[in-house]
Amino acid sequence: MFTCDPPVAPSDATRPLLPGPGPPARVTMTAAAAAVSGRPLTMSRKRLQQLVDALGHSTKHFNKGEVECLIKLFDKLVAESSSRFAAAGFDRNMFRDILHSAFGMTDEMIMDRVFRTFDRDNNSCISVVEWVEGLSVFLRGTMEEKIKYCFEVYDLNGDGYISREEMFQMLKNCLLKQPSEEDPDEGIKDLVDIAMKKMDYDHDGKLSFKDFEKAVRDETLLLEAFGPCLPDIKSRMAFEQKTFRESS
Amino acid sequence: MGAALARAAQWTAAGSGTGTLEITPLNESLLNQIIKFVEDFSARHPREAAFVFKEPLEWKTQLDCSAFGNGYEITEATVQSEAKAKDGQSLLLLTKSTLRVRSFDQLSHVLQIAMEKKLKEVQACLEANRDPIVQILGPEYGTVEGEDRSILHLLEKVKKGGDPETEVKMKIFLLLHQLDLQLLNSSLKQISQDVRLNPAAVNNEVNLLKNFSEEGEDTVLESLEYTSDYVFSNGCRAPPWRQVHGEICYLVINPHDTDPLCITCSTAGVFLNGGQIDGKDHIDYERKSDVYKDIVTFLRERSPKFVENMAKQVSVLSYLFKMCLFILVYSCLKWVMLFFIFSKTSARFNNVSESSSETEEDEEQPVRHHEGGTDLPSEYWGIQKLAKYLKGGNPTATVIALCSMKDFNLAQETCQMAIRDIGCLEVLINLLDTEEIKCQIGSLKILKEISQNTLIRHAIADLGGLEIMVKILDSLDRELKCLAAETIANVARFKRAQRTVRQHGGIKRLNVWCCIHDSLGSTSLTPYQAKDTEMARCGALALWSCSKSTKNKEAIRKAGGIPLLARWLKCSHANILTPVVGTLQECASTPSYRLAIKTEGMIEYLVKNLSSEHEELQMHCASAIFKCAEDKETRDLVRQHGGLQPLSVLLANSENKQLLAAVTGAIWKCAISEENVAKFREYKVIETLVGLLTDQPEEVLVNIVGALGECCQESVNRSTIRRCGGIPPLVKLLTGTNQALLVNVTKTVGACATEPETMIIIDRLDGVRLLWSLLKNPNPDIQASAAWAICPCIDNAKDAGEMVRSFVGGLELVVNLLKSKNKEVLASVCGAITNIAKDEENLAVITDHGVVPLLSKLANTNNDKLRRHLAEAISNCCMWGRNRVAFGESNAVAPLVRYLRSNDPSVHRATAQALYQLSEDPNNCITMHENGVVKLLLPMVGSTDETLQEAAAGCIANIRRLALATEKAKYG
Repeated sequence: MFTCDPPVAPSDATRPLLPGPGPPARVTMTAAAAAVSGRPLTMSRKRLQQLVDALGHSTKHFNKGEVECLIKLFDKLVAESSSRFAAAGFDRNMFRDILHSAFGMTDEMIMDRVFRTFDRDNNSCISVVEWVEGLSVFLRGTMEEKIKYCFEVYDLNGDGYISREEMFQMLKNCLLKQPSEEDPDEGIKDLVDIAMKKMDYDHDGKLSFKDFEKAVRDETLLLEAFGPCLPDIKSRMAFEQKTFRESS
Repeated sequence: MGAALARAAQWTAAGSGTGTLEITPLNESLLNQIIKFVEDFSARHPREAAFVFKEPLEWKTQLDCSAFGNGYEITEATVQSEAKAKDGQSLLLLTKSTLRVRSFDQLSHVLQIAMEKKLKEVQACLEANRDPIVQILGPEYGTVEGEDRSILHLLEKVKKGGDPETEVKMKIFLLLHQLDLQLLNSSLKQISQDVRLNPAAVNNEVNLLKNFSEEGEDTVLESLEYTSDYVFSNGCRAPPWRQVHGEICYLVINPHDTDPLCITCSTAGVFLNGGQIDGKDHIDYERKSDVYKDIVTFLRERSPKFVENMAKQVSVLSYLFKMCLFILVYSCLKWVMLFFIFSKTSARFNNVSESSSETEEDEEQPVRHHEGGTDLPSEYWGIQKLAKYLKGGNPTATVIALCSMKDFNLAQETCQMAIRDIGCLEVLINLLDTEEIKCQIGSLKILKEISQNTLIRHAIADLGGLEIMVKILDSLDRELKCLAAETIANVARFKRAQRTVRQHGGIKRLNVWCCIHDSLGSTSLTPYQAKDTEMARCGALALWSCSKSTKNKEAIRKAGGIPLLARWLKCSHANILTPVVGTLQECASTPSYRLAIKTEGMIEYLVKNLSSEHEELQMHCASAIFKCAEDKETRDLVRQHGGLQPLSVLLANSENKQLLAAVTGAIWKCAISEENVAKFREYKVIETLVGLLTDQPEEVLVNIVGALGECCQESVNRSTIRRCGGIPPLVKLLTGTNQALLVNVTKTVGACATEPETMIIIDRLDGVRLLWSLLKNPNPDIQASAAWAICPCIDNAKDAGEMVRSFVGGLELVVNLLKSKNKEVLASVCGAITNIAKDEENLAVITDHGVVPLLSKLANTNNDKLRRHLAEAISNCCMWGRNRVAFGESNAVAPLVRYLRSNDPSVHRATAQALYQLSEDPNNCITMHENGVVKLLLPMVGSTDETLQEAAAGCIANIRRLALATEKAKYG
């Protein structure tokens, strides 16, 4: 019900863009990247079409029309801020603003991590491809994709484990009322212990991806155990409705 | 080791000379630790184990020479180890029963050999060697109080580069020292658990128990007395030389069920002593039992009667308890414990059993509070810790805490109560009112589990949880909605909650969001449909719970629930069907639903699901049919959809009584239709039912007997019942007390009595007398059906007149029942009188009891059934003495004439016969004529019914004859 009709695409023209065999996702990435590179500020219709086609293949959760809507939104947002940064995508601050205004996220650290997770190539800039592919998981990801995404967000140093220290970092603002007589960190440490006890199945004192996945499969609520990093149902639906309806 | 043995171990206090180690839990644990130490020693410290003791450890052993095997030279009564010390002496030497051991190696060997006697051996060894370290290492290492310098000396020696032996010694000493510390530590733990009694506490306990002690069955004890009246200034009653042992006082207790007990109360606890010697003055102070922490605990162990009566006293006690509170402040800890024992006992009686019957569940609300302070289970602390994060954490912390709380065993009452008492319940419900879906889900997951508990259900309702959950039903998140519905299903098991759900529009919402889904009929499910199924299931569960209240049934119907239920019924998932059929079954108690079930074509699916593999579902289907099959069309529908066969198949499952009750109920109601009975006969249901007549719960029996009663309308079935031996159990059931059962049994027995052969059996079993005595039952239904049953009995019994007369006061009883206000009773009694009056002598008796005026009084009735039987009774009663005249005098004739205007031909016949009998009396003829009887009778003369014809004609003839005679007299 939130989808929009894809525009009738002259699809034949784009086919030759995809060269030869190989893992399709990777290929389309490069194809899309090729389409992006040297992109002028206002995209030509042909280029847009190529991009849409390329992304339409790599993201399974959006149809072509939706991809187009997202690209348009990207362009719009970039254009708005391009007076300040003439970059080819969102920088950290812009992305944070978007997360805050569109999805009501507040936690600085988590938003930072979401940015890094979106920013696959680590160039501190989210390109249009990263934007669409990131949103694909962010808005409509399967449970498996979401578990992977969340784990990446929570694994602050990217070493493949969520350590006690990382948990502490993420949970340190969790307790609203600090009991005055107690060491405020004490409560957080206890909470880390509780979380560890609940999720650390192999008892090695840190959460591996396997631990995390098992815990979430066991209890879905633990998907966002260390802070909200996915949109809630309301803001998600509002965003989808706004983005896809406006531009269709 | 030394210090622990000297200080912690409990040596017998009473004895003198060489003390012995008492068998107390503390000592036992000390000994066990020592055993473990010695056993592991040779494995863990092989070098030290070979060290030869300075002096052998020597003690009297109970081990036999033969126990020693390899490695020992056994000669007659002596055993020597093959291993020898440097000086050539054996490391182990057993002569007679004296054992000398000189190394740890041998010690652990001995323990291995001793097997289960280990404890005894170690005890004997330690008793003989009060400070074993002296023997092992030498006197300079003996245990001394205060500063111990020996270790320092050793250290110096080792430093100086002494021989390896010193080093080994050093090691052994350190090991033993370690063991000593370990022993002291563990005994400290034990000692700290001991409750120290004081004189005041003992005194209070004694006073309290005295309040409940006197002669008589209900008291907890017969008596309880101090042995001495003198109280020392410190509150003790024990003589000073015993006070030094910590003894406070001595009591003689007389329980109801055992010999008098003489006990000692000491600071360490309560125990049985040797009793009084030489009359009253001396007491054998030696301890004879385990030590208990107080008198009550001691008595609980000793006297079962005490425990039993204690439970009875709980209510009194708790009242008294409040009164005494202010006195008892200084010993409050003790009392809280006491109270705990009581509350635990009383808790057993408070358990509200669960059932899904239609009766309102758990209306009463037992109030139980955890008295804080003592014995709180560990769950309390765990949950309390988590509660902190629920109360003072952001959503992330809350979710972690909720998930962790879910790991507690929430089905356990301790946890449920802990959550309530800590105040978590309020927090959980408040969480529902937030916008945080994850917190809501987490909270509901917990609430769903703990709401299995009655007290929690009430608490959730009290805290306004239902209103919020009903609101959540509108949420966008499916999982959340499902959980809310499931929790509502759990909570709404009592009236108030059901009302709350209705008043807040819960039923409408449940109906609405459950009716969107049409795809339920398909068997293969996509994940999306699976979610739909889950939602439908939860919704149905909630509706089911709510449907137990009458107003809610109406609300469900108004909200369009019936077509919805009908649609659900078509799906194939047992987990949805069960609540759906459960709801239908619950609702089928109202006529509108029964009509709907018939017209919406639900019978077909109810029948289909009778063959499901889920017993619960089968049961609900059967009981829905049971409730609906009062209606003839429904019965026919059941037959047309082939429901009778599965019903008869289900009879085979006689283990599940609930299912059996529902199935037999359905059979009963279906058997009201003759066509169905024919089918049942085909499936041999009657034989099965007769087989089930014994050893069943009453609700099953009611239905079985009801079904048999319906089947009995056909003579084939009656003989089947007789052939299968059904009559004796039926007659036996006449002695029961269950009203519904008696109605059905009397009816069935009556139906069977129409067969003369069966009647012989009933008569032999004295069944008629049993039926007759049921006339005394206050329930009019039973009176009526008993009286109906009596009719065929009198009809078919041999020597019926004699039999009836033999019932003392029986005839008077029957006549008096004519004063009843119940039409059915009156009709049945008239029927009985009709049969009784066939015997002349009995007719004379009932005439004496005034049957004529009583019958006459009933004459003015419009009830055709009563009219018919009344007319028959009157006609039969006319046969005696001047009864005809008497009927005339008591104005019975004129109303009878009016009966002829009735539409019921059987009334006509009975009335015509009565009038014919009455017309023998001239005065009656005049009355009849005046009431225009001739005009009414004339057409009846032309009736096809010969009896009616004859009676009508006879009556007219009598009237005519009288007229002729009158004319003749007038005109000569």
